[in-house]
Amino acid sequence: MQHTIQLTINGKPRSFDADSFNVAKLVAMLDLEGKRLAIECNGEIVPRSQFVQTQLADGDKLEIVGAVGGG
Amino acid sequence: MSDLLKIANKTYHSRLLVGTGKYQDFAQTRAAIDASGAEIITVAIRRTNIGQTAGEPSLLDFLPPEEFTYLPNTAGCYSADDAVRTLRLARELLDGHQLVKLEVLGDPNTLYPNMIETIAAAKVLVKDGFDVMVYCSDDPIIAKQLEDIGCCAVMPLASLIGSGMGILNPWNLQIIIANANIPVLVDAGVGTASDAAIAMELGCQGVLMNTAIAAARDPVLMASAMKKAVEAGREAYLAGRMPKKLYTASPSSPTAGLIA
Repeated sequence: MQHTIQLTINGKPRSFDADSFNVAKLVAMLDLEGKRLAIECNGEIVPRSQFVQTQLADGDKLEIVGAVGGG
Repeated sequence: MSDLLKIANKTYHSRLLVGTGKYQDFAQTRAAIDASGAEIITVAIRRTNIGQTAGEPSLLDFLPPEEFTYLPNTAGCYSADDAVRTLRLARELLDGHQLVKLEVLGDPNTLYPNMIETIAAAKVLVKDGFDVMVYCSDDPIIAKQLEDIGCCAVMPLASLIGSGMGILNPWNLQIIIANANIPVLVDAGVGTASDAAIAMELGCQGVLMNTAIAAARDPVLMASAMKKAVEAGREAYLAGRMPKKLYTASPSSPTAGLIA
């Protein structure tokens, strides 16, 4: 049976049904593939090259950011 | 004439740096930035909207990072830790890009910089390999300290961010410029073209602005005015103004050969 993984993404709780979950899968699931973004997991930056290798676990806190207009 | 702006070992033709916020839409942002001639543009780092933005255009579609030098900022940060964290994310976002604008605010109403937190963040960022352009108060001692830490440019405020009040303390700016061995740029407070020209006439290496262009009735026309003002002010500075002769007139036409 599948586990439910609880994550906090950009301050909001979200749950995913998955046995094994990594950052690359999360990006795909959130429809963010191909977008220019940067991701932090529990305060540590996850380099783009490490998306597949970086496993996500219950309780992980993620920040997903992009560039917007600013002065 | 080759009079280039040099920041962190890279040269630029334009001495006008512009923000990308507060425009009506991305098309207007792009049009204004084109009219300004700016090569360095600031951007903010914010949480991505999840679930509703698939297929929606982004700022980067209109302003490709290959075409401009991005200057990610730490706007909205009130602590050194938040600022450092934000710029590390920016570096990852922009493929290892090192040129950044550090600003750590101290008060939500005045947006005045907290220089104690700014200095703490600057030390960490410089050590971490960032090229730090730093928004600061117009205190000459602080500006010198930021240079000593290893910042690549100091950017004292002309007046409060977004206020358009113009250059309130040209005397302090002149002291900062006279003491600096790194570029001094005025950041924040410019309201109209003459403010930008005055900053350049004082000897600033450049001017950074956002609201003065974005909040003008016609932002694209104001962007063009700012481009000319920065160029005019720079040329006037290089040309060296005539000395002021208080209460002493001096005719420009010959005094000899008058009729009768």
